[in-house]
Amino acid sequence: MLFLNFNAAFIIEKAILITVVILGALVVAMYATWAERKVSAVMQDRIGPNRAGPFGLFQPLADGMKLFFKEEITPDRSTRFIFLLGPCLAMLTACMTSAVVPWGPDYITSSGYALRFQVADINIGILFVFGVVSLGVYGVMLGGWASNNKFSLLSSIRAASQAISYELAMGLSLIAMLMMTGSLSLREIVSQQHGFWDIHYFSWNFFKQPLAFIIFFTCALAELNRTPFDLPECDSELNMGYHQEYSSMKLGFYLFAEYINMFVSSAIMVTLFFGGYNFPFMDAVQEAVPGLAFSAICIMVLLAKVVLMILFIMAIRWTLPRFRYDQLMKLGWKSLIPLALVNMLITGAVILWIGN
Amino acid sequence: MDIFDILFWFLSFVAVGCALGVILSRNPINSVLFLILTFFAISGHYILMNAQFLAIVNIIVYAGAIMVLFLFVIMLMNLNADVEPQKGRIVQFAGVLSGGVFFLVLLAATKSAASQQMVKTPTDIGLITNLGKVLFTEYVLPFEISSVLFLSAMIGAIVIGKKEPHLHQTEAR
Repeated sequence: MLFLNFNAAFIIEKAILITVVILGALVVAMYATWAERKVSAVMQDRIGPNRAGPFGLFQPLADGMKLFFKEEITPDRSTRFIFLLGPCLAMLTACMTSAVVPWGPDYITSSGYALRFQVADINIGILFVFGVVSLGVYGVMLGGWASNNKFSLLSSIRAASQAISYELAMGLSLIAMLMMTGSLSLREIVSQQHGFWDIHYFSWNFFKQPLAFIIFFTCALAELNRTPFDLPECDSELNMGYHQEYSSMKLGFYLFAEYINMFVSSAIMVTLFFGGYNFPFMDAVQEAVPGLAFSAICIMVLLAKVVLMILFIMAIRWTLPRFRYDQLMKLGWKSLIPLALVNMLITGAVILWIGN
Repeated sequence: MDIFDILFWFLSFVAVGCALGVILSRNPINSVLFLILTFFAISGHYILMNAQFLAIVNIIVYAGAIMVLFLFVIMLMNLNADVEPQKGRIVQFAGVLSGGVFFLVLLAATKSAASQQMVKTPTDIGLITNLGKVLFTEYVLPFEISSVLFLSAMIGAIVIGKKEPHLHQTEAR
């Protein structure tokens, strides 16, 4: 049995933290849509959005307004409740993963109270992420099915089989890393990557498990339905994909959930492989500045890494063409899973060898 | 009535209510959705018992993978309330009778069973470290045998899927 002891201060602190994290995710996702256009514009030698505000910075607001004011149409033969449920689920699962990301180190106040910049430090942090990711496919599947449209149904089936296939390789690639960390808690994993240089070697997991990162990153792209794996919304084959029948803000939810997913998964990848909020010479910085400022710096460092990761994902989208569906499955099942297994074996052997 | 009891009763009502929804709803898709909710309620019970690993694995495996496949099949077969086959009177009567008899047997069994007090001290047996240690030391043989069983099931599925070798090999998943 679990001991549950809540008090008002705890609940208020967590409520504020959750609100801040979700709002932050929404704002970042909003500007990710702007950044996507700018990145594509730069890469294709165009100017990109430049009408609304300086550098087109108000473009996301204008887009949001437009989506809100559009007519909302529910297809005549759709399953109404599930049709509504689809975008809500997509949005919900996108936001839920942010609960386990540690955004910064603890700040101990003068009265000895530890302020934590993490919504929930559960000892199964990574598994929680996997659980939510595996639920993420329901939004797409139910939405596509309930639209009562052949294209939507095909697309949602594609999305589901793609998600299930790549979840496997994703989990297997992480096992190698977890054998090294010996913990599933994201907080623990981050604190193991303290600083940048340990006594003998880099402390960030990326330098210890580069192959695991590459596999994980590829699978994350597939789970995000980003190019080159955006088969579910492949417009040359499926018109628009699973959100074909959606209009107004319900469509907005689907599109927006994708960007929130991108933000949160970048945060997870940074936390797992690039040291989270750790940065080189952080001990020296910690001594030089007061506690709260240090926490703020750490959060800024994490956000900077996340932004770099998002920009990298965007650059990939505007560089690579889309896979064919059979190539996608072949890559997932015949390359990534065996690679992850081999990586796991090698890691196990090395751990045994070092241990002896 | 502390917060534990409130959560326990809430989760129990959700679990039983959704389980009833599974068998009472006409549309198979709704049944699947109710079943997913039932899994969530059961996971909540696991968390109340401090078995977080079991809770999340329950969600990943059942809600996240198996139910997706269920949905898959139902969507592809296009089952809905209109095409649900209606059973004849006699079959319905037989079903009610056998179900009722089974319920009687269950009732008799639980009535005579000695009720044991639930242990209310916190245990850590459901946490992943302890579970892993127990699985890989005390129960390592059954654990390995069951994993071989899963492997053979996977290979069997592939063999069945590859029935026609003369056809051009499309994607074997």
